[in-house]
Amino acid sequence: MSTESVLRFDRVTVAFAGVPAIEDVSFEIRAGESRIILGAAASGKTVILKTAIGLLRPDAGRVFLFGKDISTMRERELFNVRARVGMLFQEGALFDSLTIEENVAYGLVNQKTLQCPEDEVRSRVEEALTFVELGHTLEKFPSELSGGMRRRVGIARANVTEPALVLYDSPTAGLDPITANNIMALIVKERDVRNATTVMVTQRFQDGMIMSKYHYNPRTESLELASLEGAAVQGIGFLVMREGRLVFEGTQEELQKSTDPYISRFIMRN
Amino acid sequence: MLASDFQGSVLLDFLKTPVLSIQEFSLLVGRTIRNLPRRPHYGKDIILQMDIIGVGSLPIVLLTGFFSGVVMALQMSKALRTYGAVSQTGPIVAITLVRELGPVLTALVVAGRNASGMASELGSMKVTEQIDAMRALGTDPVQKLVKPRLIATCMMLPCLTAIADFVGITGGFMIAYFLLSLTASEYWNGAYRALDYQDIAEGMLKPFVFAIVISMVGCYYGLRTTGGTQGVGRATTQAVVVASVWIFVLTAFIAKIFITF
Repeated sequence: MSTESVLRFDRVTVAFAGVPAIEDVSFEIRAGESRIILGAAASGKTVILKTAIGLLRPDAGRVFLFGKDISTMRERELFNVRARVGMLFQEGALFDSLTIEENVAYGLVNQKTLQCPEDEVRSRVEEALTFVELGHTLEKFPSELSGGMRRRVGIARANVTEPALVLYDSPTAGLDPITANNIMALIVKERDVRNATTVMVTQRFQDGMIMSKYHYNPRTESLELASLEGAAVQGIGFLVMREGRLVFEGTQEELQKSTDPYISRFIMRN
Repeated sequence: MLASDFQGSVLLDFLKTPVLSIQEFSLLVGRTIRNLPRRPHYGKDIILQMDIIGVGSLPIVLLTGFFSGVVMALQMSKALRTYGAVSQTGPIVAITLVRELGPVLTALVVAGRNASGMASELGSMKVTEQIDAMRALGTDPVQKLVKPRLIATCMMLPCLTAIADFVGITGGFMIAYFLLSLTASEYWNGAYRALDYQDIAEGMLKPFVFAIVISMVGCYYGLRTTGGTQGVGRATTQAVVVASVWIFVLTAFIAKIFITF
C-alpha cells in the first residue's frame, strides 16, 4: 500500500461567529485507505469534509490535501486540487435546472485540468450512471427522481472523474433501510473497483460496519464479508466526533472495545 | 467613563453588521468586475438571463410605462389649463418620463421582478448546497451565476427604459389627442423639441447604474442566504427593499449631478 498522504488535518479549528464547529482536530489519511467519521448531529462532521476541500477555511491549524497546504490557497488554485476530489453532498446537491446527464457531466466539462475530450463526456456519463444502475435517467431532471435515486446520481457525479479521494457526506441520511443498504453497497463497490481513498461521515454505525467488514467481489458482482471471522478490511479507520472535538481515532476492533460511555452509546453496545 | 465605554461598545456592535455587509457587498462587486474579462464567459447563461430579465419584464414595463404617461398627461393638463398652456403637455410628459419616471419606474419593476428572482434562485441554491457543489466541481459561482446576471441586466434595463419612455409618451399622446384636443404634430413636435442630449444622457445613464444595483443586490442577498426556506424568503424581501431604496437615493444623486453640470 502506498504511503502518500492524501489528506492531513493539523490542529484545525473552524468557527462560525466565534463559536467553534470543529476544534483542534488532527488526523491523516493515506492513499488507498478509508475513514468513517461517526458523530451525532451538529458534531462537526460536515464541516470536516467541507474544510478538507477548501469550501471552508480553517480559523486555526492547517489542512494538507495531496501534500499541499490548502489553508491559505486562493479559490482559483483550489480548483486544480479539487479536480482530484469527488464529493457527495448530504442531500445530493444536484443542480435542479440541469438534466441528470448534465449534472453528472458537470465536473468533466468544467474542471479544466481534467481535459476530458468533448466526445468522451457522454460515454463516461453513461458509464458512471450505469454503475449506479441509473443508465435510463439521462434526460430526466432531479425533481423527477426519488431521494435514493438522487443520492445515487450524486455518487455517479462524485466518481465520474475517477478522483483519487472521494468524500461522502451522510450518504444514507433520511433513506429507508433497504435503499440505505443499496447506497452503501455502491460506495463499497466504488471504493474497491477503483481503490479510491474514501472518507465517509455518517450518524449510522451500521454504515461504518458495512464499509469496514465488506468488500466487493468483481467475479460474483456482489458484496462479501472480508473475512469469515468478521475482521475489518485493511486500511479502514474510524473517527468519532463529539461537539466539534475528535474523541476517538482507531480501528473497528478498537472502537468496539472502547470503554468511553459516549462511544459505547453511539455504537449501541451495552 | 464606564457609561461612555458601554455606549461605545453598543454603538460598535450596532455598526458591525452594516459595516460587514458593505464590506462583503463591495468585495462581491469587486470580484464580479475583475471577472468580467476573464474566461469562461457562459454566453448561454447571459442569453438566458437577458430573456428572463428583458423579454420576461416587457409586458409589465409596457403597462407601467403607458399608464405613467397617461396619468402624467391627465394631471399636467389640469395644472396647465389654469395658465392656458395645455399645448405644453407634450414637452412636460417627455422630459419627466425620459429624465426621471421612465428610468425609476422601470428599475423598480425590474427590481421587484428580477432582484427578488435572483435572490430566491441563488438563495435556494445556497441552502441546498448547490453553490458548494459548484465550487467543488471547479466552477466559480461569481463567474457562473453573478457575472451573467450583471451583464444581462446592464444590457436589458436601458432597452426596457427606452421602450417604457416611448410607450409612456405615446400614452400621454392618447390623452392629449382624444381628451385635450391637441393635434398630433403639436404634441410630438413639442415633445421632440423639449428633449436635448443631456436629457437622453441622464435617461440612459440611470438605468445602467440601476442595473448594476439591481443585479448585484439580488445576487449578494442570494449568495449570503442562510437558514433554509425561511432564509430564502428573507433574502428575497431584503433584496427588493434594498435595491428599491438605492434606486431612489441614486436617482437623486444623478439628477443633482446633471443639474449642476
